[in-house]
Amino acid sequence: MSFLESTKPLSDPLAGVKQYMPVELINDAETTRLEKELEKLEQQINELLKGRPEQSLSAELEAEVRNLRAKVEGLQQQIHSRLSPMERVRNARHFDRPYTLDFAHLLFDNFQEIHGDRRYSDDPAIVCGMANFLGEPVIIIGHQKANLKSRKTEDRKERNFGMPKPEGYRKALRVMKMAEKFNRPIFCFIDTPGAYPGIEAEERGQAEAIARNLIEMSRIKVPIIITVTGEGGSGGALAIGVGDVVYILENAVYSVISPEGCAAILWKDAAKSDKAAQSMRVTAQDLKALGIVDEIIPEPKGGAHKDHKAMAQILGEYLAQALSTVRCLSTDELLEQRYEKFRRMGAFEERLLS
Amino acid sequence: MAWFKREKTGTLPSLPSEEERKVKTEGLFSKCPECSHTLFKAKLEENFYVCPKCNYHFRIDAQQRLRLIFDNGEYTEFDQNIASTDPLNFVDTKPYKERLAKTQESIGVLDALISAKGKIGGHNVIVCAMVYEFIGGSMGSVVGEKITRAIELAIKEHIGLVIVSASGGARMMEGALSLMQMAKISAALANLDQAGLPYISIMTDPTTGGVTASFAMLGDLNIAEPGALIGFAGPRVIEQTIRQKLPAGFQRSEFLLKHGMLDAVIDRKNLRSYLCQSLDFMIS
Repeated sequence: MSFLESTKPLSDPLAGVKQYMPVELINDAETTRLEKELEKLEQQINELLKGRPEQSLSAELEAEVRNLRAKVEGLQQQIHSRLSPMERVRNARHFDRPYTLDFAHLLFDNFQEIHGDRRYSDDPAIVCGMANFLGEPVIIIGHQKANLKSRKTEDRKERNFGMPKPEGYRKALRVMKMAEKFNRPIFCFIDTPGAYPGIEAEERGQAEAIARNLIEMSRIKVPIIITVTGEGGSGGALAIGVGDVVYILENAVYSVISPEGCAAILWKDAAKSDKAAQSMRVTAQDLKALGIVDEIIPEPKGGAHKDHKAMAQILGEYLAQALSTVRCLSTDELLEQRYEKFRRMGAFEERLLS
Repeated sequence: MAWFKREKTGTLPSLPSEEERKVKTEGLFSKCPECSHTLFKAKLEENFYVCPKCNYHFRIDAQQRLRLIFDNGEYTEFDQNIASTDPLNFVDTKPYKERLAKTQESIGVLDALISAKGKIGGHNVIVCAMVYEFIGGSMGSVVGEKITRAIELAIKEHIGLVIVSASGGARMMEGALSLMQMAKISAALANLDQAGLPYISIMTDPTTGGVTASFAMLGDLNIAEPGALIGFAGPRVIEQTIRQKLPAGFQRSEFLLKHGMLDAVIDRKNLRSYLCQSLDFMIS
């Protein structure tokens, strides 16, 4: 008898996964007002410059521009700090957030998807494929939370809300090995609530699949460039997250457990997720400070979900830069640097023992 | 004729007081949580803390484990002085710093892992044993660093490695830094593998989360004790997600063996001989 037969059927098939569904971000009036003010300031600066190079300005004008720039920075900071860590988590889960397939089409040419792990199945929660980046053949791997066109609940369900099963990770590894064979760089995009916690996933070795990816990614002989684009959900994110450069989008998060999960365990109250998100330091700024990500990629005004094209353009510049940097390294140097990168992570002290 | 006959008349000697009775038996007996068999503790210890009646494996602590594994129970600890610095200034119902200090004092180790060097079957080997009593054996920066150092030492001295896991997974109080230990250890294991050195992973009750999803599943041999809970997601999380009760035996060693995730389920009394044989095979 299978385990599924041994228990009652589901009344609401979505009941369990509802916690993983994205929510609309509440954009309050104050943030909108600040954003308008910011826009005005930027306009003022442009008017003063009138397209002239800054060196040609009079001392007086230059001081004014500098003054305005300082104000812009202050405002940006203010807008930024208005989002609590948990609001950032919600932002990272936004319905309209760009997903891997969005980037595959906006940022790359000739995307051709590669399906299946050749062992069990094709996991729609992870997409892989060949594409051209600035004319060069590359491999793309990333989580996919919804279908490309429609982002309705049904489409999300088809993609299992971006929660991969072992076959997803095994597909990703298979494709990475192919990239290695043909000496093509790999771009990974991370956006998942986590690896799927289900019976079949456990039966097929979810833990082994993740672990295998971690060890293999640490020695794949081609550049791997990681971008956390939304939710970096624990082991399910890290399983395609070992690489030479790790970027994170401004509103994305990365954590060891979801704030809700952490709250349920440590506070015995899932409603304490605000506190958990704050305590676990999940925001891009926190992760940069902890040395977990290399750089924060700014998002278009209002967030990546407001303008996929603009987001893709900014991201593209960063990816190009990362690629050209790691390209200068020999394979040995590349692997050594990758090892050192993760080797350094952690915080501890060595005490004198009496 | 009466079936029972009182042989002597007179009052029975009065029972000792509640207090005295407790003192006399306390600590001598234990009850098997599986079959409720009453066990004489000295006998239980002799039997490697395994119920002689139903083969239930009691949890044992890291030191007991090390004594059990190494030749003559002899080993030298190293890296005992590494401690967490609470990088996030984490506070839940109480400050993490306080939790650490209290646990360190009550258990007598600085974090949830003991690294030790010694011999198994005459082979020089490093064994890392997780301390489950220390915040659920959770893996933070210290556990990650100690295992990585142990692996690097094994490579340097060209000897084998054994890790005994007992853990609830990555430690939440160190946030994403805990998560990154999975990558750090796995990368070090890649080097150990490259060097052609043995790594045997022993999973004991319980081994879940980020520990299973990194080094515990990466051994040349992955073995487990009978009845141990082993998995990626905890049973409660799965139940909440699929809204179903999980059947008995799910995520236990025997279940994993059946699904091809373990090389063997080894009784504690046979563990040492299994290790000796495996190391003989792996080291020429």
